[in-house]
Amino acid sequence: MPPNSVRFKAERPPPRRSTIAVVGESILETLIRLAGMSAIIFVLAIFYFIFKEAFPIFGSEEFSLGEFLFSTQWYPTSETNVRYGIAALIVGTMCVSGLAVVVAVPFSLGSAIYISEFCGPMAKEALKIIIELLAAIPSVVWGFIGLTVTSALVMKYTGAQVGINVLNGGVILALMCVPIITSIAEDALKAVPDSYREAAMALGATRWQIVYKILLPAAKNGLLAAVLLGVGRAVGETMAVLMATGHAVQIPQGLPFGWILDSVRTLTANIASELGEAPTQSDHYRVLFLTGVLLFIITFMVNLTADLVVRGIRRKQ
Amino acid sequence: MSDQPQQFGIETEDLCLWYEKFQALIDVSVKVKDGLITSLIGPSGCGKTTLLRCFNRINERYGYVTSTGIIKLLGKNIYDDDVSLIELRKAVGMVFQRPNPLPISVYENIVFGLKIHTSRKDLNRVKLDEAVEQALTEVGMWNDLKDHLNRRAIDLQLEQQQKLCIARLLPLKPRIILMDEPCSALDVGGTSAIEELMYSLKDRYTILIVTHNMAQARRASDECIFMLLGELIEHSRTEELFLNPKDSRTADYIEGRYG
Ligand SMILES: Nc1ncnc2c1ncn2[C@@H]1O[C@H](COP(=O)(O)OP(=O)(O)OP(=O)(O)O)[C@@H](O)[C@H]1O
Ligand SMILES: [Mg+2]
Repeated sequence: MPPNSVRFKAERPPPRRSTIAVVGESILETLIRLAGMSAIIFVLAIFYFIFKEAFPIFGSEEFSLGEFLFSTQWYPTSETNVRYGIAALIVGTMCVSGLAVVVAVPFSLGSAIYISEFCGPMAKEALKIIIELLAAIPSVVWGFIGLTVTSALVMKYTGAQVGINVLNGGVILALMCVPIITSIAEDALKAVPDSYREAAMALGATRWQIVYKILLPAAKNGLLAAVLLGVGRAVGETMAVLMATGHAVQIPQGLPFGWILDSVRTLTANIASELGEAPTQSDHYRVLFLTGVLLFIITFMVNLTADLVVRGIRRKQ
Repeated sequence: MSDQPQQFGIETEDLCLWYEKFQALIDVSVKVKDGLITSLIGPSGCGKTTLLRCFNRINERYGYVTSTGIIKLLGKNIYDDDVSLIELRKAVGMVFQRPNPLPISVYENIVFGLKIHTSRKDLNRVKLDEAVEQALTEVGMWNDLKDHLNRRAIDLQLEQQQKLCIARLLPLKPRIILMDEPCSALDVGGTSAIEELMYSLKDRYTILIVTHNMAQARRASDECIFMLLGELIEHSRTEELFLNPKDSRTADYIEGRYG
């Protein structure tokens, strides 16, 4: 036997241990694979479950899909004339989350730009920690703040009769979206190669010129994805809007600005507040699940778009 | 910056620079002549890039850099109160190691400098078009690119990208061009193209080029500076430095005894 192969053999682990390692490894691998698959299984199972609960409603006499989507009459417990129209709830969701996004986007992009381009390393760390803290506040706490602090402010400064309304819910929801949009937008800006900054700086560009001429265009997909994820968050949020928007099923009235002082109810808040009282397997119960399906589809589309946008950036780079 | 020709494009006296506690430049005093190509050689990590980046004060973007000493460009101390950083950077163009065109069109890359330094009412399409044609002609790419001005600059070949990075300096009429290993990402053809370009530009600019490639320093430069561990060891005419080095460390380096 040549001396080489002797050395080779001595360096290998003994065969006994390697059998255990092989078995252990394959068990671990199976577990990890199961854990990975479970995410897919859970999503499908959730969708299946809510759809299964909702589906029989299509056979009910009282229900029509057109009325469901386009009627503003929501009287699910009426003795004489049951009506399941969620148009007012859809409008409520759009108003509150639309306002929230409109308020949140400038703040978030502003703070993302500040954190990534203008502030020093100490301030950067501090701000990032604070923003993470903001993201960690439970939504029911935001709801409390909406119910007490901001609604009082809204009444004081706008003269509205009721402080819990679109404006109040929108502001609370905006505060909840800011951390998400900020941190994703900051990542998007950080991903812009430093060589672009140096190139522009060496040509004499000021920091602000670098931001709006180079960074914003270069990061625009990531920024768009950040905003979309914020929208997804706003549409899906429940507890805080339940507490902060007034819970009245109505389409807010008064253009251009009057509508923001009306109370509304959102799709999510409606489900959360009524599902407990709706008898299982009743039409009311099923309609609420159908609303859930609708919400699921909306947030799925928003997140999918965001994801595709982000993928778009990766492919280009 | 004054417009009169100066004998020295760049002068430093006792320039020291620290990255936090680490001293990267030690008492560097150098005089780089106007209208020549000067090359800066030395082993990896000796501070060539650091020295170059002092001259347009781009080192300052890192908050942890401190420096002492005097830097004069075209006779003017660049740390004087009346020097504006923006004007300084207009007068001092920089070409980076990796071509770094901005992620916009070829045309926009070239007019970027003009657009950020000129008020909108003083700019018109004709002026910008002229500037683009002139800059691209000077770097010898007008015929190749005149029909592709709207292409994204980062889709060009590397050599074209690097030439574009030189071309985009020209509309600002710089007096000094700093190049940090401008050919290290290019092949042989690209390297000689950039060298020719430097040669054609040299009368009107002070060109300071960092290179790892001693053959290139020899071919392309009039004067040569050798640095080692943050210190300037030797500065003389290129053939003098290579044929007749005064310092034994220079001799060791050009004979290939350091990295
Ligand atoms: N941004 C920085 N922060 C901290 N240290 C740095 C920084 N840039 C450079 N240095 C250090 O300063 C020294 C000089 O670096 P420099 O990049 O100027 O060398 P160089 O001569 O250009 O080397 P190379 O030939 O590899 O490009 C090195 O030791 C390097 O580690
Ligand atoms: Mg270097």
